[in-house]
Amino acid sequence: MSDATAGATAAERADRRRTLLEEAVLPPLVALAIALVVGDLLILTFGQSPGAVFAMLLEGTWANAYGFGQVLYKATSLTFTGLAFAIGARAGLFNIGAESQLAAGGFAAAVAGLALGGAPAILAVPVCIAAAAVGGGAVGAVPGVLKARFGASEVIVTIMLNFVVLALLNYVIAAHLHVPETLHTPEIAAGVPRLADLSDAFRGSAANAILLLALAAAAAAWWYLFRTRPGFELRAVGLQPDAAEYGGVDVGRVWVRAMALSGAVAGLGGLNYVLGYKHYYEEGFAAGSGFLGVAVALVGRNHPLGIVIAALLFATLSQGGLAVNALVPKQMVEVLQAVVILAVVTSVPEVRRVLRAALRPAAKPAKAAA
Amino acid sequence: MRKLLLLVGALLAVHVALLFVRPSGALEPPSSEGLDVGIVFDVGGRGDKSFNDGAYLGAMRAADSLGARVRFIEPGEGSDREAGLRLLAAEGMDLVVGVGFIFTDDLTLLAKEYPNVRFAGVDLAVANDAAGNPITPPANLAALKFREEEGSFLVGALAALLSRETRVGERAYRPTTRVGFVGGMDIPLIHKFEAGYRAGVRHVCPECTVVAQYAGVTPEAFRNPGRGKELALSQYQSGVNVIFHASGSTGLGVFEAARATGKLAVGVDADQYAEAPGHILTSMVKGVDAAVYDAIARAKAGTFRGGIQQFGLKEQGVGYVYDANNRALIPDALRARVEALRDSIVAGAIRVPAERES
Repeated sequence: MSDATAGATAAERADRRRTLLEEAVLPPLVALAIALVVGDLLILTFGQSPGAVFAMLLEGTWANAYGFGQVLYKATSLTFTGLAFAIGARAGLFNIGAESQLAAGGFAAAVAGLALGGAPAILAVPVCIAAAAVGGGAVGAVPGVLKARFGASEVIVTIMLNFVVLALLNYVIAAHLHVPETLHTPEIAAGVPRLADLSDAFRGSAANAILLLALAAAAAAWWYLFRTRPGFELRAVGLQPDAAEYGGVDVGRVWVRAMALSGAVAGLGGLNYVLGYKHYYEEGFAAGSGFLGVAVALVGRNHPLGIVIAALLFATLSQGGLAVNALVPKQMVEVLQAVVILAVVTSVPEVRRVLRAALRPAAKPAKAAA
Repeated sequence: MRKLLLLVGALLAVHVALLFVRPSGALEPPSSEGLDVGIVFDVGGRGDKSFNDGAYLGAMRAADSLGARVRFIEPGEGSDREAGLRLLAAEGMDLVVGVGFIFTDDLTLLAKEYPNVRFAGVDLAVANDAAGNPITPPANLAALKFREEEGSFLVGALAALLSRETRVGERAYRPTTRVGFVGGMDIPLIHKFEAGYRAGVRHVCPECTVVAQYAGVTPEAFRNPGRGKELALSQYQSGVNVIFHASGSTGLGVFEAARATGKLAVGVDADQYAEAPGHILTSMVKGVDAAVYDAIARAKAGTFRGGIQQFGLKEQGVGYVYDANNRALIPDALRARVEALRDSIVAGAIRVPAERES
């Protein structure tokens, strides 16, 4: 009897695990299929052939080394901002400030690089990386502290901080740091290798070693969230803050920590441009990647692996948008990105409902036997 | 589960079917024969009614009359600028144009990397070397620059002369020796407008003073109509009758103030009469379309050359609007005076400063 019960629970557990996996993987697939069809229809309204446009999009992205490098470059920034949003979201916080946290990170890295002058790379690169994390983390920590201390909504604070921080950075650049007749700082000496240094096929593409940092950050985020005690606390607060507090978790501290961490990860995203690509901070260098990070996290279901994949998808759309710009306006790609987001948001509960409905008749007899 | 997979399958089937739809009139990708021109707009993109749209117009005219095939790219974020230029250059376009001074670094880099592709940059910034001489761009890169100071000189003269009239069109004014200027971002490019304007004012009216203010020190200063209105209102209330703005869409606020106070403003870059009919005295137009058209025509004729190309009054790269709309506002005698000044500048008798006196 006890054997039978154990067997049933194991089977049930396997079933549940499968359902969870399906719940995680199916919505993005459904969303993607919907987006493809909507994209076709949009392209037709512009009087173009969907086949030609999608072929051009693939040709300009995955089919040649340069385009692929560009996809990797854009995916790097998006991985950071997607992870940043996900860390906040896992703690129940809606961090919509990755835009300015990323800029602050890039700016801090550029200032650190300028201050270091011609210091050897082995010293300069880690210092710039640390500066970016601190810069982004500081901007991220502010809404965390305000929420923990005064109960200020982090949504409002992060949105408003975007304006404050970006305006402040623009002012500092324009008034003190810019090279005449440009909107950027002088070049810094520190830098990481580009993909183009490895193989000539990637010549000109912006992809660089920060890509590895992004993957490391994704792995570290997974480890932190799912394998450590602070990560468990963070998720507990995200699921049910009152219960977590009852369980002995200092909720305010977790909020501050989550926001600082989230901001730091977004700040690292600034390195992609400053340390890896142009070696200077420029006004608006990654405009939009912060907000797109929300979409990446949403489609990636707030899971680091999902985020890396979603970042590749959105990067492909973004670079592909440039490639097909001759046939359709760039707004088409932006609409397509929005359709993916909407479709994911709506298909998550719907897919769960359908899956659970299918599961119920099977689950009932098992329970009865137990 | 099965239901969902069926749904995905059905959607994919629809998608595949749609892939084969080929509407009539669909564009073909660029081919190797004929003249191919690629244009990358500034991040602001098309629809700004001045700069980017000017480049678009010039390119479309070239498409009509020269048979050029034109591809446009509208970048999203900053790093897309180089990517856009590179996509076009890699396709072996005959000419690649970047619209705006912000393309300076990217164009210089790419011109070196693709020596066989011709590049042109509208408003390309040319740096000076240590000795103060301009560093010439690579041989396959043309810097299309405008003598904004010359056009500004003429509207400055016009503004000063009109400020001393008691009647303009159907409205009465109290004559004044104060004329106004509202700049966008406080940078050398906009100082050129101010310098020319001041020189023009002083040339016809030595006792006149110019009230010059800037909307800010960040690019936001070009997109801040609220600030423009604020500055313009205070200038109008201090007795100024005419304000020249060089401030992008911030100028829409200047026009708003002109409408509210019943005074006059001078537009910039394109003919802005339609923004506030009856209150736009004239506009200092910058022939971005003419410059882009000229670059394409040269590429076709094989006379394209790199280096700095200036478009001033002589080349009709800058000028001011005088047409059916504003004829009633400008008395014939004043018009004749300004035309005479134009001829002197073209002939070289008057040299207009491009930098403010400090």
